[in-house]
Amino acid sequence: MSRLVVERLSARHGLLQAVRDVSFELDRGEIVALVGANGAGKTTLLRALAGAHPVFAGRVRLDGIDVTDLPAEQRVRLGIALVPEGRRLFAPLTVMENLLLARSAGRSGPWTIDTVMADFPQLQPLRKARAGTLSGGEQQAVAIARALLTNPEILLLDEVSLGLSPLAVDRVYKSLNALIAAATTIILVEQDLRRALSVAHRVICLREGSVVLTGRAADTPRDRIMAAYFGTDAADAVA
Amino acid sequence: MLWLDQLIQGVLLGGYYAVVACGLSFMFSVMRIINLAHGSLIVLAAFAVWELASRFGIPPFLGLVLILPALAALGWGLQRAVLERSARGGVLVPLLSTFGLSIMIDNALFERYGADTRSLAPYLGDLSYDSWSITDDIAIGKLSALIFAAAVLLLGTLQIFLSFTPLGRAIRATAADRDTVALVGINARRVNATATAIATIMTGIAGTFLAMRTTFTPYAGAPQLIFAFEATVIGGTGSLWGTLGGGVLLGVAQSVGAAVNPQGFLIGGHLMFFCALFLRLALSGSGGLLWRPARRRAA
Repeated sequence: MSRLVVERLSARHGLLQAVRDVSFELDRGEIVALVGANGAGKTTLLRALAGAHPVFAGRVRLDGIDVTDLPAEQRVRLGIALVPEGRRLFAPLTVMENLLLARSAGRSGPWTIDTVMADFPQLQPLRKARAGTLSGGEQQAVAIARALLTNPEILLLDEVSLGLSPLAVDRVYKSLNALIAAATTIILVEQDLRRALSVAHRVICLREGSVVLTGRAADTPRDRIMAAYFGTDAADAVA
Repeated sequence: MLWLDQLIQGVLLGGYYAVVACGLSFMFSVMRIINLAHGSLIVLAAFAVWELASRFGIPPFLGLVLILPALAALGWGLQRAVLERSARGGVLVPLLSTFGLSIMIDNALFERYGADTRSLAPYLGDLSYDSWSITDDIAIGKLSALIFAAAVLLLGTLQIFLSFTPLGRAIRATAADRDTVALVGINARRVNATATAIATIMTGIAGTFLAMRTTFTPYAGAPQLIFAFEATVIGGTGSLWGTLGGGVLLGVAQSVGAAVNPQGFLIGGHLMFFCALFLRLALSGSGGLLWRPARRRAA
């Protein structure tokens, strides 16, 4: 059975339709890379899945439960966690306080303060530091750790490498490997196609809010993804 | 000796101002709402405790405990019915709606109680005038000392609550980024309503202290609002210890002003307020007046 079912989902920013009729399914333990140019609707789609952006039309089901009308705080309780673009940590609070807040989701599971500290050892000495004073890479690690501590069924990662140094990106992806090993279900939004394809099982390409290409990451040639990405080859469109 | 006395009395008075300011600064720091009905709510609580004392003979301290649940419910309802809606309309709308609310409360109280001055002092026995003599020149009023001790205890407890409990963390996180708390499973609406309930409880305590230490009328709210505002600006809203410090500085400034000239009581306080305001503006550049907000991202 599919874990997450998205049916003809649409979301808007005012009059602009940022996500149009997007449908896909996600199985347990699957990792999907969501790719597309700036403004293709990737972030809006993730936010709509997490409940942080209103759904205009369509349904989102998690394990058969319709979550479309639930606010974000209740979706987290059901197991949909978003690592938002730009990290969005609570800057005046300490790293530890940011992490402890995830307990509000009221979900227990494999992820505890101790296990995330083991997977993100760089956070160990920063427990008492204010989140706002951390470097971008450290903040990203805290944001991912915070989402993991809600013990999600599905993790939505939005632009985890944006604004980070290559070294910091390596560290973040190293931590992601631990999640992948733990068979966490992930939707990954990433500008860096090579990195995205290296971890994903499947790739979904968005252009102007619509799905223009889906396929297994291993079988889909890069140039086809690039063509769909930029819309240079209309024959590639797969709805 | 006179100066030492003024200093001591000023510090004790400052404890009262800290309690008065606490609800106002708390609501501003958590929800960025300046509640202009703050003074009126203080007087409303004063009348409630007075009513219980005069009509049913309930001692004021017990009366305060009895009205606390009602105050909490009032705060919760206020957030849901008025503040939340008006905050969606921008920064100015909550100012207008709470200003309107204060007019409604003041005039409703005037309708009910008229212009007579009242006090809880008759229901306190010796406590309202008793004092400890420290030297021949200096005496410390027992009620003033009690209020100061209560101020330190209340603000301290609230600060510890904010710093170390899960709900306190949720309140601070909501203050820092209202949109993001939902992503960790926090209901921002509920957190804000709880914070407003806490603020109105503090307001009720302030109202009881007001009625114990002096007389009050239905229109006594405006000066309390001004004192609360001044203490908040002087101390900042970054922490409740700052509010306590602001209250004490305001109390001392008023006391010293009164020693310089019998008319100087309020002027001393206002001067301190203006000095603090200029200092804050000079130090924070183009930043906010009341505090320097944590860096906030545009959505």
